[in-house]
Amino acid sequence: MSQSVVPSGRDWKRSAWIWLFLLPTVVLYGVYTLYPIIASYWYSLVEWNGFDSHQRFVGLANYQQVLKDPFFANSFKITLLFMVLVVPARVLLSLLLAVVLNSPRLPLVGVLRSAFFIPVVTTTAIIGVVMRFVLDPATGPVNSVLQAFGIDGVDFLGSQSTALPVAAVLYIWKFFGVTMIYWLAALQTIPHEIYEAARIDGASVRQIFVHITLPLLKPFLIIITVLTVEETFHNFDLMYTLTGGGPYFHTEIIEIYIYRWAFAASIPQLGHASAAAVLFGLLVAVVGAVQLWGVYAARRMRRSNP
Amino acid sequence: MTQQAAAVPRAGVPHGSETPHDSRGRRVVRRLPWWIAAAFLVGTALLWVFPFVWMVSASLKDNMEMFSGGLNLFPKDVVWSNYARAWNDAHFGRYLINTVVITVVTVAIVTIRCATCGYVLARYRFGGSRIFMGVLVATLFVPTGYTIIPVVKISMQLGLIDSLTGMILALSGGAYVSAILIYYGYFRKIPRELEEAAVVDGAGFVRTFFSVMLPLAMPVTATVAVLTFITTWNSFFLPLVFSFSRPELRTVSVGMQAFVGETATDWSGMAAAGVISILPVVAVFLFLQRYFVEGISGAVKS
Repeated sequence: MSQSVVPSGRDWKRSAWIWLFLLPTVVLYGVYTLYPIIASYWYSLVEWNGFDSHQRFVGLANYQQVLKDPFFANSFKITLLFMVLVVPARVLLSLLLAVVLNSPRLPLVGVLRSAFFIPVVTTTAIIGVVMRFVLDPATGPVNSVLQAFGIDGVDFLGSQSTALPVAAVLYIWKFFGVTMIYWLAALQTIPHEIYEAARIDGASVRQIFVHITLPLLKPFLIIITVLTVEETFHNFDLMYTLTGGGPYFHTEIIEIYIYRWAFAASIPQLGHASAAAVLFGLLVAVVGAVQLWGVYAARRMRRSNP
Repeated sequence: MTQQAAAVPRAGVPHGSETPHDSRGRRVVRRLPWWIAAAFLVGTALLWVFPFVWMVSASLKDNMEMFSGGLNLFPKDVVWSNYARAWNDAHFGRYLINTVVITVVTVAIVTIRCATCGYVLARYRFGGSRIFMGVLVATLFVPTGYTIIPVVKISMQLGLIDSLTGMILALSGGAYVSAILIYYGYFRKIPRELEEAAVVDGAGFVRTFFSVMLPLAMPVTATVAVLTFITTWNSFFLPLVFSFSRPELRTVSVGMQAFVGETATDWSGMAAAGVISILPVVAVFLFLQRYFVEGISGAVKS
């Protein structure tokens, strides 16, 4: 960038404009994203109900309390379990779909892509409520169909063993399209000359997929997995409207745990909730760190691949 | 190449690989696997969108038929009064207006602030610009559940809780790092000569941005606007917390949740409310899907 050594009136004016252009982001992002991240640490060290201004410093007592709370351990476990249920299905199954939908020879490709994508743009909170009715054991349409086959009143969301897997299936359905688009974007980075050459050499479809497509997709596998993992942490909308964390905490992800202590309790305990939030933030950050490492490794892989 | 290998579908192979002397019969045979695959996928796709089709049909049934009708898609009599009930009695008319106001203003604020921020970061070096960028990237994935408590507390202190303004500011204050990065990447690639030409023509900093750079970034603006539109329309956690004590400020997603609590039996009214809430966002997507898909693809490619 060319910048004169002697600051002139023009330069002074320019840096004023630079800061003015940054101002909206500095203010909004500062107040609503950056400050809350830092403030959470302070809040996690005080005892405070949110109603009055009285905040009593208690040090690490909230953390002790949270870490001793079996329900926090439970929500931590549920969050991770949900991730394990959801991520492989989303990443691998959507790859298969994307590979098929990447072919221009397939008829109706545009329509099909849109159809698989539609659930992504719809409101998650509304899907949650509608699905609660669809899966209702007494009056829902799914059960009335099952009844025709002699299966009676399956309480998909009300029974402890099925609630989380069913929520996972709905979540996979809802966000499958995003991962599919990730994969389509990744597939489009592969030049078709490579395929042409392989076909001229007489490679079979399977050989082309295993020896060309998959290796070239490897760096994207890391990036897409990480994006998908991060997305599963933002699942409050669906879980809250679908099960509210029940039955008996069997779908209580950390976000719902935080919500319960901060907003749903008759006497909110914001210190306790904040300590849980900070621990949640640490979990996300650890995954983020793994991500940085993964993206770095992926970049290296891409560079060594011509 | 053998006949057999040529007939098998190949992933990712572009058009035009048929040899010109192919007979029509052969071409049909060669195309057959693709038609079978398409038929299978169409079936799956129908299953995929079935919940939405069912919701639309349920919104036109009466409550009795809804309970007994199962997955049947065709109502005996079309009952439009479900929509009237959702619109008036369940206040979805009001919730829809709230949602439109919140979404439109948030999209405007986010687009402007991300464009100006991305522009400055891409074209100028200044003290702290690297740190600024670093902090932004570090907060790429901050979950709402993490920041919600301080956001509510600070809104209370600013007197903005229980107001649409408060909701809009909190929503536009989200990280939106990816939007800034999309602008950053785009403005970076614009050749310096364009800017210099503008300066020679006597345009200042602001004129250069608004009459040269921003119009050039139209595709990015469309992408960011569509992505933000869909995120904001569908947001739930923040509007839920911000409308606790003022039900008239609910958005459609929060209103839906409350609807179930208030009238546990009016499921066809609820289906109508669902259609009212989801239809606008689906319509926007279908018209502007190119930009939406580009935005998501950008996340992987960069």
